[in-house]
Amino acid sequence: MKKYTEDHEWVAIEGDTATVGISSYAQAQLGDVVFVEVPEAGRAVTKGGDAAVVESVKAASEVYAPASGTVSAGNDALADNPALVNEDPEGAGWFFQMTLADPAELDGLMDEAAYKAYLETL
Amino acid sequence: MSEDDLLETPLAGLHRAAGARMVPFAGYHMPVQYEGIIAEHLWTREKAGLFDVSHMGIVDLIAHDGRAETAARALEALVPADIAALKPGRQRYTQFLNEAGGILDDLMVARPAEHADRLTLVVNAACKREDIALMESRLADAVDIVPREDLALIALQGPQAEAVLAAHDPVVAAMPFMGVGRARIAGVELGLTRSGYTGEDGYELAVPADRVAQVWQALTGDERVKPIGLGARDSLRLEAGLCLYGHDLDTTTTPVEADLLWSIQKRRRTEGGFAGFERIRSDIENGPARRRVGFRIEGRAPAREGAEVVAGGKTVGILTSGGFAPSLGAPIAMGYVDSDHAGEGTAVEIMVRGRALAATVAPMPFVPHGYKR
Repeated sequence: MKKYTEDHEWVAIEGDTATVGISSYAQAQLGDVVFVEVPEAGRAVTKGGDAAVVESVKAASEVYAPASGTVSAGNDALADNPALVNEDPEGAGWFFQMTLADPAELDGLMDEAAYKAYLETL
Repeated sequence: MSEDDLLETPLAGLHRAAGARMVPFAGYHMPVQYEGIIAEHLWTREKAGLFDVSHMGIVDLIAHDGRAETAARALEALVPADIAALKPGRQRYTQFLNEAGGILDDLMVARPAEHADRLTLVVNAACKREDIALMESRLADAVDIVPREDLALIALQGPQAEAVLAAHDPVVAAMPFMGVGRARIAGVELGLTRSGYTGEDGYELAVPADRVAQVWQALTGDERVKPIGLGARDSLRLEAGLCLYGHDLDTTTTPVEADLLWSIQKRRRTEGGFAGFERIRSDIENGPARRRVGFRIEGRAPAREGAEVVAGGKTVGILTSGGFAPSLGAPIAMGYVDSDHAGEGTAVEIMVRGRALAATVAPMPFVPHGYKR
């Protein structure tokens, strides 16, 4: 199941594991991504707290944790090839995987249809 | 300023039609990018990029006595460059200074050959109102200060710029770097200078606003030319080591600190006669306490404006511009450091999100200039 935050992150949920990245809309807004800082495995993150940083040519943007939990993996491929975020934002350009402390924290996020409708309002 | 108060250049409709992303900048809706900053940046370095810089201010100083020399002498009260020595058909870079030697704006001063009575200034968009007020208060006895709202300004930059323009009018090929002339481009008679803000060879064209769309469309119709947004303009000028007013220069920086002493010619250094001379003389004699320098940063993480520069555990400076250099595929920056850390090759650390990035004071430009001297 894939959900979206109002901050334009996507979260693919399987049981108590979530994979997090930024949406296709977000990467288009950012433009060319030149650097991504992903969290290391084992790092504890809290819902709404800083989890990763994505930098375009022009500016740095924070990526927030969609829920509380523990990072199980960062996408190391982004270190050498940050452009993956532009090329395949909702696939190979994922940022990190985490083990959710409480999967119910994600209940309020938008599904794909609701996110599309949200984008229409921006 | 609300979105509704923003101004548009005469080319805004063409930018939107070309798919540009428009952003507010210095009171105008301006194109920040068309296809993407990196692609536009690299295109300009390899071919020719066309920029709409009509938000900038073009101001004529027309001498009451009909002599451009009079306008030059008057302007010298406000800027440290030798304007009196400017020959017809040439332009020069300088700065408006306050009494403390701080920089109020940086600008180009052109002496067009076809008018014996004037100088033409190009000033920054965000400063143009204050610049005009300053000149009105200080120079109005000698010159008329005439903002040229009837002109749009576009820049064609890159190694193919000469060939593209020369196909319209061969006269442009003979212009030297910092030369000022006139040409007929796409059927429009216009004034132009051989200069720009990318480090590449190129031209800035002052075009009657009601004809600029015709010139823009003819130039972008050339397969060597693409329109380029403000995003790439910023990354190009940073690689070229050129200052951005409001970031690398402001009222707290002097031209000597900013490593712009080359723009203060010898006569002015000794004679003075401009606002801020005492401070400039002191900076020259004693050496400035801090200097603008470039930095190469290890790794891939960019460091941005405002990041602290640290050496030996102590803060020695601050970044005023920083980002990713598309031509180098690496992060670069410029900023001010204490003079004893300003030597090329000095190892420093730049603080980014609480982490110290290893960096080295590096010569500028980061990418060699392509000017036609």
